[in-house]
This record gives sequence, C-alpha cells and structure tokens, in this order.
Amino acid sequence: MTKSLPQPTLMPVAETPSSKLVLGTKLWKKLTSIDVMAPLVVGITALIIWELFVRITKMPPFLLPGPMLVIQALIKDWNILFGSLMITVQITLVAFIAAVASGVFISVLFVQSKWIERSFFPYAVILQTTPIVAIAPLIILWIRRIVPEPNTTFAALVVCAWIVAFFPIISNTTLGLNSVDHNLRNVFQLYRASKWQTLIYLQLPAALPYFLGGLKISGGLALIGAVVAEFVAGTGGAKAGLAYQILMASYNLQIPRMFAALLLTTVLGVLIFVSLTALSDFLLKNWHESAIKREN
Amino acid sequence: MSSKVSFSEAKSQAITFNHVSKVYANGTIALQDMNLAIEDGQFVSLVGASGCGKSTALKLMAGLGQMSEGSITWGEHQPQKELAFVFQEPSLLPWATVMENVRLPLKLVGMSDRESRSPAQEVLHLVGLDKFAQSYPRELSGGMKMRVSIARALVTKPKILLMDEPFGALDEMTRAKLNADVLNLWQQGDEQGSRYTVVFVTHNIYEAVYLSQRVVIMAPRPGRVVGEVAIEAPYPRTEEFRTSRISNEYCREISGRLAAAVAGTEYYDEVHGK
Repeated sequence: MTKSLPQPTLMPVAETPSSKLVLGTKLWKKLTSIDVMAPLVVGITALIIWELFVRITKMPPFLLPGPMLVIQALIKDWNILFGSLMITVQITLVAFIAAVASGVFISVLFVQSKWIERSFFPYAVILQTTPIVAIAPLIILWIRRIVPEPNTTFAALVVCAWIVAFFPIISNTTLGLNSVDHNLRNVFQLYRASKWQTLIYLQLPAALPYFLGGLKISGGLALIGAVVAEFVAGTGGAKAGLAYQILMASYNLQIPRMFAALLLTTVLGVLIFVSLTALSDFLLKNWHESAIKREN
Repeated sequence: MSSKVSFSEAKSQAITFNHVSKVYANGTIALQDMNLAIEDGQFVSLVGASGCGKSTALKLMAGLGQMSEGSITWGEHQPQKELAFVFQEPSLLPWATVMENVRLPLKLVGMSDRESRSPAQEVLHLVGLDKFAQSYPRELSGGMKMRVSIARALVTKPKILLMDEPFGALDEMTRAKLNADVLNLWQQGDEQGSRYTVVFVTHNIYEAVYLSQRVVIMAPRPGRVVGEVAIEAPYPRTEEFRTSRISNEYCREISGRLAAAVAGTEYYDEVHGK
C-alpha cells in the first residue's frame, strides 16, 4: 500500500459560483464598474459640450452638425446606412478571417526553418508598407480577371483589407512561436517529443498571448483597410459600404449624414476591439499575467 | 569514518561514465575525464560549486547535449524509456492544469487521456497533491510546483531519477520537508518495491550528506571529479541526523576536500590526522 505525503494547506483560489442569477449580477456589476462608467461619463459630457457649442455659436450644419442632428440623420437614413454597415462588416470579417488563417499558417511555416523565415519575411514587410491607397485600383483590375461580376469589387476590397491586416498576425505569432521558455523546450526534448507534438502542445499555446495581441491590432486594420480601399477604388450600386456613404454624403453636402456614417464606422471599430479584447481575456484568464486578477 | 568507495563491488552498474568530457565551442571545459560508476538503487549526490560540471554530467546522462569525448554506458536499463529528469525550475506548462501537466510525458508517447488518468492520479497522490489536480500552476506555491514537477517525472514509472538542484529556489523549511519526501519516495521504491537509482545534483553540502549514500565531490575550472565520500548512516534518516555530529563531520570533510581541490592542494583531515 503506497503511503502518500501529507497534504499541503490549501491556497486561496477564487470561487466561481455558477447560478444564472449570479451571472446576471456579474454582468450588471461589470457594466456598472468604473471601467465602463468612466469613459461613458467622459463621452456624455463631451457630447453635451459639443451640442451646446453648436447651439451657442449657431454653427451651420454643413460645417459642424451637433450630435442631435447627427442622430436624427442616423434615424432618418437608417435603412441605407445599415445596409452599407453590413457590407463593410462583411468585407472586414472575411478579410480578417483570411488574414488570421494565412498569418498563422505562414508563421508556422517560418518557424520550421530559419532560412524560410529569413527569405520571406522581408516580403511580408514590403506588402505591409505598400500604401493601399496606391495599389487598390490596380488590385481591382487584376481581380476583375479572376472573379466575375457582381462580386469583383467585394473580392478586391477583401484583398486590400487582407493585405493591410495580415502583417501584425505574422509578426506577432512568429515572435510568440520563437519565444518558448527554454526550460519547457528541454522538457519536450527530454521526452523525445516529435516536431509536430512540440508545435501543437508547446509552441502554439505559448504563442497564444502574442497571437492575441496581434489579433487586436489586425481587427482594427482590417476595418481601416476595407474603408480606405473603398474610398479609393469606389463601389456604387447595391454593394456600397460605409466609405461610399461618407463620400457621397460629403459631395452632396449632407454633412449630418456623413457624420452619421462616420459614427457607424467608429462604433464598428470600437466593437471589434472590445470583442477581441474580451476574447483575449477569456482565453488567457487562467494563466497569463495580462488576464489574471491578482490581489498582489 | 570516511572512505573512498571502490568500484569493484559492482552488483549491477546502472550508469557508468567512461572518460567523459565536454568542451564547449568557446573552449570552456565543462567536464574533464569523468569516471563514475553508479549502481542500481543507489542514491548518489554530485556536489560542487558553480561550473564544476555537475549539471553538465546530469544533462549528458539525460541526452540533453553531446559528449565531446568518452561514453556513458547503461546497465540493463534503457535510458530513453526509464529515465526521468527533474529540473531546477518546475518548468510546468502555465496554460495547463496540474493534472494535464503531470500527464504530459504519457501524452507525448501516445497514451490517450483515459489511459493516463489513473497513473497521473496515483502519482499526484504520492506527492500529496490530489486535491490540486484541477489547479493551475499560478495558483501554487514554489514547493507545490516542485512537487508537481517531481510527480511528472515519476508518472512514466522510471527506474532512474536525475535531479538538478531541484530545491535550490525554495526556502529552508520547504527544502527540508521536500528532502524528507524525496527520501520517502526513494525508500518506498516503485511498484515492485525496488528502489530508484537517484543522481542528485546540489551545491548544498548538508543536503547532499542528509540524502545520499555517496557524495561525489566535483571542482570547477576545469570541471572534474576530485573525490568521493561514502555516507555510512542507516536509513530512514531523521531530522536528528541532519543536525547530528556524524553529519557535521561528513560535511566538514566534504567542505575541506572541496576547498583543497579549488586551491589545488591535498586535503588533510586535521581532526583525525589523515
């Protein structure tokens, strides 16, 4: 009969009650916490100041509309604006997913051989630093040969947004895959783990925090890429994104509407960032310093 | 009182170093002409200051690094399958629970989760961490993390245990406790009741004397074996032994030999005149 060593005293571990009622209170607590309330208060104050400023100075709406006017325009043109919002969301989402998939794949490839990394990494950098504004029209021309109408513009915009979004993924993930603690590497070496096992069980989990950092950047860039590319390449017709709405509204001097479209763009950007941050915290909450709550 | 152990009493040599040397690319001689025979079931410590090659010797045994010269021969045990290593740091996967960490060696040889559950639970019970199977490393103290590391080493049911200064980063009390635990585990032996062969590296002479049957003394620049002291005290060894006169005598002799080796002189035992 094997004897066991005496049990050590329990260290305090955070309790997580799981009833539905408590989850509701947890969400409420999070929403009313200082992290959410503070920026909200600042935002509302800024809106009030803006509205007062516009009224007091009798600012013409085609120069600077007040927030009330912008909200009115948003409600009035909701159908059109919402449609465009969805188009932009689609382009951003598809480009983002493509960037993540290709970025991770290429990073894993880079880590297999230093020579592959050295040979191809500069080209990834070149791709990132080429201004989208300059090459977007070119890309549309090239895509036209591959993708038939009516999806040509959509595909072209996705490609532009993908180009802008995939570099942070590659850069961060490659760094993460290479940043494994050497002691852990020794453990895997000791147990004669195959290269594949080391990749799946050690390198990829170790790279997760770095990857998630790149993800947050990439999400915003995918949106920017989608909007900027559309500005330059243009759309029109049924598949018009928010950029088109912004442009058209500014040409027609419908400035409140332009602001409304801009507002939707920024809200989308914030939503992307917040949800990716939440994802990051969720995945890392058990072990990474960035997501753990400590007393000290 | 002290004697050099003769290698002629070879029951079954578990591990034998034959003129092993390790020289790094920049010319540092980490280990020079090491000869050592370790028998089955022995508890041997390697003691010395930094740079004396003790950790290098351990790593060469584990296959982490190449020898420049010489060879290590193994007895009936196959090093790959029956060797376990406990590192200086617990080196646990921070994103995995204690249970998943302990299971890792079994997972790497292809055992399914279902099959590896029971050996993992057994070994957690051995180190007294049953209740912490679902905890994450960040929730554990240093001593507990080290125990998980030891549990992980034991889960493959090894015959040979290599430990590289495992308690160096812990406080004195925890270290004393874990020393006693290691001795318990060693005396208990594996499932068949036969003792593990343990090679324990430390720079703490007291720890070495308390734990081992033989203390191999090493010196740096170049790293080499300069002598050996057999600790002829019976097991189980209690806390009393740790602070007894006998233990202190051994410690004195070992320190003396270490100092003499570093100074390049011969050791002379002033108390006993030899």
